[in-house]
Amino acid sequence: MELILQQMPIVISSLNVGFLQTLRLFFVTLLGAVPLGLVIAFGSMSKFKPLSIFTRVIVWIVRGSPLMIQLLIIYYFPGLVLHNPIWGGGESGRFLAAAVAFIINYACYFSEIYRGGIQSIPVGQIEAGKVLGMTKSQIFWRVKLVQVIKAIVPPMSNEIITLVKDTSLARIIALQEIIWAGQAFMKGSQGISGAIWPMFFTGVYYLACNGILTLLLGWVEKKLNYYQ
Amino acid sequence: MLNAVDLKKSFDGLGVLRGVSLRVEQGEVVAVIGKSGSGKSTLLRCLNNLERVDGGTIEIGGQTLVKDGVYGPPKEQRKICLKMGYVFQNFNLFPHMNVLRNLTEAQRCVLGRSKEQAESYARQLLKKVGLEDKEAAYPCQLSGGQQQRVAIARALALDPEILCFDEPTSALDPLLTQEVLGVIRALTLEKRTMVVVTHEMNFAREVADRVVFMENGVIVAEGKPEEVFESDKVKAFIGLGD
Ligand SMILES: Nc1ncnc2c1ncn2[C@@H]1O[C@H](COP(=O)(O)OP(=O)(O)OP(=O)(O)O)[C@@H](O)[C@H]1O
Ligand SMILES: [Mg+2]
Repeated sequence: MELILQQMPIVISSLNVGFLQTLRLFFVTLLGAVPLGLVIAFGSMSKFKPLSIFTRVIVWIVRGSPLMIQLLIIYYFPGLVLHNPIWGGGESGRFLAAAVAFIINYACYFSEIYRGGIQSIPVGQIEAGKVLGMTKSQIFWRVKLVQVIKAIVPPMSNEIITLVKDTSLARIIALQEIIWAGQAFMKGSQGISGAIWPMFFTGVYYLACNGILTLLLGWVEKKLNYYQ
Repeated sequence: MLNAVDLKKSFDGLGVLRGVSLRVEQGEVVAVIGKSGSGKSTLLRCLNNLERVDGGTIEIGGQTLVKDGVYGPPKEQRKICLKMGYVFQNFNLFPHMNVLRNLTEAQRCVLGRSKEQAESYARQLLKKVGLEDKEAAYPCQLSGGQQQRVAIARALALDPEILCFDEPTSALDPLLTQEVLGVIRALTLEKRTMVVVTHEMNFAREVADRVVFMENGVIVAEGKPEEVFESDKVKAFIGLGD
């Protein structure tokens, strides 16, 4: 116990650095996947069959295989197979590869949520807009949008919370996120070695982060409960 | 006011409208009756451009929506159909807008009225349907009858020349049915032009200037209520009905 208290300051500052990388991956993924998901959703709902079939196959593959494999493929494939290491070396290259893998993966999940949300709007709503003389875009912005947002917030909340935890998968390509930072003290780092507790302690960060997110998303959900 | 000639419409090769012609004069109230599946809703939906006809001509207020099955540009269609108002069986109010906003939204974004203009007109209409105290309520807080009265006010807010109703009371229980029929009855006194699809035979008999009886996608009887309700076919239908 005493030992842990002694190690604490070093470990915490190191975990903080790792957690910053975790957060960076989290936000970059959200920023990329939220709009990309919308593009994919429209693709999968397209009336142009080849496009919608192509998009749905991609979504099926991405959702049907482990993110960890996708990370490995995206990171190693260009360098090892194509002999064209596009990611460059070092932490920034790993981050870029991880971000690309996460954005593609999460965009596919989001696209399905969007699609469900858009298709959950009853036809009657669109027809009501139509008989009132609204244009397609007026119907989208004024009639559908709020209802779609209300429908997708709960499932999106789940995905966002899962994303926080999923960032730890980037450890597999040695991205220096918080798990990596904790693990370093097992192997030996900054005079501490064989310590397993820092790894366990990373859980506190995830919990705190998800606690805040849960409150925030719950608040949004409640705000949208002003109607039924 | 409204002139539809030889409308044809089929779904998956099944003829739902098989040559329907309907004229509605200014100030006239037309009731459309007939068995379930006879094509009443489809007719009304075609007139309001919610469904496209395969053939035939529709003229609204002297303007041609579709001629021999050929439609004009979408913008033109929208403009012409603004002369029509439509009230759905299940109301279709916008759940995320309060009552006032349900009435003002299209006034503002379609007709370009100012907020003040739209709101004062909306309040006037809410008063007319007896809901002046409900402007801040959301649709989910209203009874079915109240929702339908809001829907009627919403349609009126755009000053349609012809108001169409598709079974406006069949989602309501008898008590609420009466309050909605009361509002429609009041509109007939204003000499509004209306087309009402209904299963309420007594109501049709009472308010309609003309009754149209449909069967299998064609109009088989048409005329003054007292005539139509005396024809054998309609008698058989009403007998079936109750
Ligand atoms: N969108 C559609 N796709 C396929 N078939 C349809 C569609 N809309 C209507 N139909 C069919 O067209 C026929 C006429 O339907 P319609 O709704 O016009 O009848 P209705 O006279 O209004 O009946 P009800 O009294 O039950 O409302 C029915 O057989 C119906 O199944
Ligand atoms: Mg019908």
